[in-house]
Amino acid sequence: MSVPGRWRIAAVLAIALGLGGCQTVKPYDYTNFRAHPPRSILVLPPLNESTAIEGTYGYLTTVTRPVAERGYYVFPIAVVDQFMKDNGLPTAAEMQQAPLAKVAQITGADAVLFLDLKQYGAHYQVLSSNVIVEVAAKLVDTRTGLLLWEGHGAAQQASNGSGNILGDLLAAAITQAINKKSDRAHQVSRLANANLFFPEQTGLPYGPYSPQYDKAP
Amino acid sequence: MIRGTLLLGAGVVLAGCAAPASRYEWGSYEEVIYASYLSHDDLPAEKQVELLEKDYQVARSANRRMPPGWHAHMGYLYYQLGRGDQARQELLTEKAEFPESTVFIDRLLANVSKP
Repeated sequence: MSVPGRWRIAAVLAIALGLGGCQTVKPYDYTNFRAHPPRSILVLPPLNESTAIEGTYGYLTTVTRPVAERGYYVFPIAVVDQFMKDNGLPTAAEMQQAPLAKVAQITGADAVLFLDLKQYGAHYQVLSSNVIVEVAAKLVDTRTGLLLWEGHGAAQQASNGSGNILGDLLAAAITQAINKKSDRAHQVSRLANANLFFPEQTGLPYGPYSPQYDKAP
Repeated sequence: MIRGTLLLGAGVVLAGCAAPASRYEWGSYEEVIYASYLSHDDLPAEKQVELLEKDYQVARSANRRMPPGWHAHMGYLYYQLGRGDQARQELLTEKAEFPESTVFIDRLLANVSKP
């Protein structure tokens, strides 16, 4: 049974594309991580360097799932946020500056995930808009203060013109309205998180609740 | 047949890159929190509790676990609504399901118990 040539080519292409999505340049050095593997991770609200104030919580509310699915206990983000606010830390910046020893004493967290939201939201052009989310993450051991892991993730969704100028102007206006309402950046955050946490060799290693715990990340 | 096999092959390869199948019943947990931050007036605690309780019923019927933090969050919502007994119960469930939460939950329990 011979496979027709064009199907063979299509299959090879599909496989190459599939693998290409997983390939990375340089493996992360997990020495510190292996020395202090955390069970529990406290996710603090991100510093927000974007121009969108809604980014702080629009992004924060996408982080629990990927980290928990990776195999960690993730503290309840809204409860932690409120607890910090009630205890004199009203902003993400102040929360992130709290002494690690104090955070460990109060929460019992093995590690804190510090997030820095670089970009969040739509970049409007006349005929199209790009929704971009970019984030940098640092996972720090609460007992030693050692950096256990760090990563960077970005994703964008573009809507391009069709070549029909009048139609495009109208479509861009509608798309902008929808973008504003449904906060597409919140959805794009999930793609950015996949790029941040899940890559082979540079992602967050599997945690104790994962069946793949102790295997290479 | 060949076409089917090839598609299956590509699917398996792609699946290797996708997020793994969920081990928890996420329901609307993250989206409820998101909406409550963006527009609390449109989604008061009563409504949040209602949505999340529905997710819990789905999980129970499918014999699936709620994600880490979920029961603690429910406890926090019940506490806001003045339903102290339910708040305590949810916090205790969080601790039983995820012992990593013990230090934090004990701290919250002490607050809930305050008159």
